[in-house]
Amino acid sequence: MFKIFAKLADWVTHDLLQIAPQTHLAEAVHFFIEDTAKIFFLLTTLMLLVGFFRSWISPEKVRHWLDGKPMLLAYFLAVTLGAITPFCSCSSIPLFIAFLGTGIPLGVTMAFLITSPMVNEVAAILFGEAIGWQFTLAYVGTGMVTGMVGGAIIDCLKIERWVEPFVFQINVPKDGIEERKLTLKHRLNHAWGETKDILQRVWLYVLIGVGVGAAIHGFVPQEWFIAHAGKDNLFAVPMAVIMAVPLYSNVTGVVPVAEVLISKGLPVGTTLAFIMSTVAISLPELVILRKVLKVQMLAFFVAYLALAFVIVGYVFNYVF
Amino acid sequence: MKKITILGTGCPKCKTLLANAEQAAKSKGIEYEIEKVQEIADIVAYGVMSTPGLAVDGKVVSSGKLLSSKEIEKLI
Repeated sequence: MFKIFAKLADWVTHDLLQIAPQTHLAEAVHFFIEDTAKIFFLLTTLMLLVGFFRSWISPEKVRHWLDGKPMLLAYFLAVTLGAITPFCSCSSIPLFIAFLGTGIPLGVTMAFLITSPMVNEVAAILFGEAIGWQFTLAYVGTGMVTGMVGGAIIDCLKIERWVEPFVFQINVPKDGIEERKLTLKHRLNHAWGETKDILQRVWLYVLIGVGVGAAIHGFVPQEWFIAHAGKDNLFAVPMAVIMAVPLYSNVTGVVPVAEVLISKGLPVGTTLAFIMSTVAISLPELVILRKVLKVQMLAFFVAYLALAFVIVGYVFNYVF
Repeated sequence: MKKITILGTGCPKCKTLLANAEQAAKSKGIEYEIEKVQEIADIVAYGVMSTPGLAVDGKVVSSGKLLSSKEIEKLI
């Protein structure tokens, strides 16, 4: 079904731009056009679909579902909801305050906040289509387990003192809002609005991601990756995680990069560690979280994620 | 006298909601007063987690949605 994008790229590269086939430039341009068209097409259709179904799930409802559940179930529910909801980092602060203010444990809240930006259903489908469904499974599983384990550790350590104290002083009403009945038209509008929002937020990341992917695809020889970052090189995984810390991209933007890295022979675990670190550890997100979390908690947060991704990288390199 | 409260941190949607609310109140011809709540802590204290939110006479009637002025007319 996605052959049409390859055909489009053939036509633009060879007929329209007249670039000689089998050259580095042709490969790069072809990749850029095919992936840009494919990702934006999938992103738009999937977001519309997901946005429509998501009009049944509001953060207020998520809070309600998490309330008073036994701990293990609560962690699982928190990361599941985190995986299917794309609450942007701008809503993470109100969410955080409201969860804690109504008695949801800190670990459950953090589990939700860790998984939410990492796992994204559009990226999951793009990975499946571009790399393989095993990779999708590895990706979703990693995001959910990292969130659950992180949440459990935070609850075990009882580190509520690393949260800014004002958060616990806000009096949050438990059953604040009556939901209005939504008509089909409202839901469709909601889907359209959310899709526009997300496209506005991610288009640049996607273009940069495809651009970087295209450059690697066209110009970096396969031998380079195998020589420098193959499975035998034990430092490759931690290096990948550390290199990705200052990088930041939306998860949809890393799909083309991951696709190319794997096709060039970078091991699955190393690739997964690299993209997870790019997506989950980001300076803008940390700056936002600083409003409610003390520096110690942020340091713990980054250290935990980095360690988790290194472990994930080794495990998947060993398994695949 | 209706008291209309816009709950939002100053995002573009919150500004549009404010404009829509004013238009709705004017076209309905009621006496009104609009206030903005911009501190996240205060917004959450209303029970609103996704902005923009709208409260009428202190009661939240919508959250996370940019309502049109027609829709607001029905709520005020």
